[in-house]
Amino acid sequence: MESPEALRDRLLARFPGVSVELVPNGSPSGQVSLRISPAGLREVARFLRDDAALALDQCSNVTGLDSPDREVVETVKESQPGAPGGPPVVIERKQTRIEPGHLEVVYHLYSVARRHGPVILRARTGNRTDAVTLPSLTPVWRSCEFQEREVFDLYGVVFEGHPDLRRILMWDAFAGHPMRKDYVEPDDYEWEPTPHGEVLAKARRHYPSAAAPGAVQPSP
Amino acid sequence: MMLPDPAATGLARVRKIEGAALGLRTPAFAPEEGAGDLLEVSLGPHHPSTHGVFRMDVVLDGERIVRLKPVFGYLHRNHEKLGEGTSYLGSMPYTDRLDYLNSMTNNWAYALAVEKLAGIPVTERAEYVRVILAELSRLLNHTCLAGFLMQDCGCSGTPLMYAFREREKILDLFESLSGSRMMCNFQRFGGCRVDPSAEWLAATRTLVDGYGAFLDEFEALLSGNEIVMARTQGVGRLPAALAVNAGVTGPMLRASGVGHDLRKVDGYGVYPRFNFRVPIGRDGDVYDRYMVRMLEMRESISILDQALRGLPGGPILDPKAKQRGLRPKAGEAYGRIEGPKGEIGFFLVSDGTGNPTRYRVRAPSFVNLTILEDLCLGHSVADAVIILGSIDIVLGEVDR
Repeated sequence: MESPEALRDRLLARFPGVSVELVPNGSPSGQVSLRISPAGLREVARFLRDDAALALDQCSNVTGLDSPDREVVETVKESQPGAPGGPPVVIERKQTRIEPGHLEVVYHLYSVARRHGPVILRARTGNRTDAVTLPSLTPVWRSCEFQEREVFDLYGVVFEGHPDLRRILMWDAFAGHPMRKDYVEPDDYEWEPTPHGEVLAKARRHYPSAAAPGAVQPSP
Repeated sequence: MMLPDPAATGLARVRKIEGAALGLRTPAFAPEEGAGDLLEVSLGPHHPSTHGVFRMDVVLDGERIVRLKPVFGYLHRNHEKLGEGTSYLGSMPYTDRLDYLNSMTNNWAYALAVEKLAGIPVTERAEYVRVILAELSRLLNHTCLAGFLMQDCGCSGTPLMYAFREREKILDLFESLSGSRMMCNFQRFGGCRVDPSAEWLAATRTLVDGYGAFLDEFEALLSGNEIVMARTQGVGRLPAALAVNAGVTGPMLRASGVGHDLRKVDGYGVYPRFNFRVPIGRDGDVYDRYMVRMLEMRESISILDQALRGLPGGPILDPKAKQRGLRPKAGEAYGRIEGPKGEIGFFLVSDGTGNPTRYRVRAPSFVNLTILEDLCLGHSVADAVIILGSIDIVLGEVDR
């Protein structure tokens, strides 16, 4: 099979409007992946499946990754004029900035016909709150059907074009996405408002709204 | 299936619904019973034929299935989240609980992924011991499956008891080696936890030598049995193209005529050194899935024989290979092996700390369930039960 670099170049030549980025891997496994811009993901996937040399006919594994917002501390060096005639003084200043988080979906593709792989595709959402839509690859590989439902259920990525996007492991009325890094699990899954008890005290601490009688315990 | 009058029995889960309101997929063939009402029945979750806590929401037109939605998650404990909060070694015993019939292969798949992630070499002797244990596990799994499947077909008792008699012998071997019958927690990064003794190897040799005779007996009872053939042939056909596209792996895929076996394709461990064939089916029906597993067991016996004869000396585990406090370099790895149920893979992402930042299990029976509806459309409820049985699911792995 062609090298990931050659594959990236071929994809870039074939799909001029799509960004294809090589994601390095520091592990000895050497499994390098390709990050595709969401708008072109399904097109690229279909090409990878139908291309005679690649024939990636099996999407083995679909999974999500969560990168929460990160606070990055940077040291900025500024030089200011020093004493007259002397060298400029360099002042170090620390500044923090918030690097916005995102959700990412990873697809591991193999070829049963040609017995090679994996080719790893990744796609990122815009953020973790309101721009969480990615194109579904279920129309390309049926094996994504349940696995994308699982990513939707546990990470909250919405797959546009999925034929049956429902929760799969958690129950339908469940709120929240448990695989996210900032998920706080309920203190008690069978919780109901009671006038006393440690559970209520804990819940009040975590969720102010839980103090109201009959309130449904929210998940973050 | 005979459905009692709901009014008479008070069965709350049986209700009549209008077909047009459902957005049905096209059935395999047009219903013959006329434009009658459809019946929605909930099969499971508490029923022996569902092999655990598993439910099928079935819409019936008379006896025929026109829609089937699998419902699961009853055993969900967010295994993957637990993996993120546990050290690399600490997750090893958790993997036993995925497919709880085959803890040995689960351990191996996980160890393989970590070894890829951290670049840990495996000792020669351990590679052979892993093959021996994986093939014993395959014998155990396929034997059980055949017993369960026959139970689902209605051959009550006898085949299942024969199967379990043999399973006990393999579990005894696992117990004497690892200390536990089912939750073996046996593999370590770069090797295995315990070195098998000469007595253990002799006992394994005895079992392997006798297993062919058991299979002869079992197959004489079942494989050519007219009732079994009438009951399973032509039921739940899975075309090869759909099987590949839907990510179906393992004996399910091979029964559809695709010769795809990771022991050959990836050649992980020391499998390239062994001489064995990959059985494939022709029609991809329930009977083929049964027969492929039967033939696979014969090949496993041959692999076991070769591995026991070729087992080298040397250490079972490199004492310098880090177990506790393993901190792989930041990066990711996907490792997969041919488990008895199909491709079991682990996707691990390391950020350089002692816990993986992402721990993903690619469970074969979870993905194999994707095409359950396609297989069942147009068949009767009794057929759905044996189709599900032939997929070979374990809910510990499906729900994770």
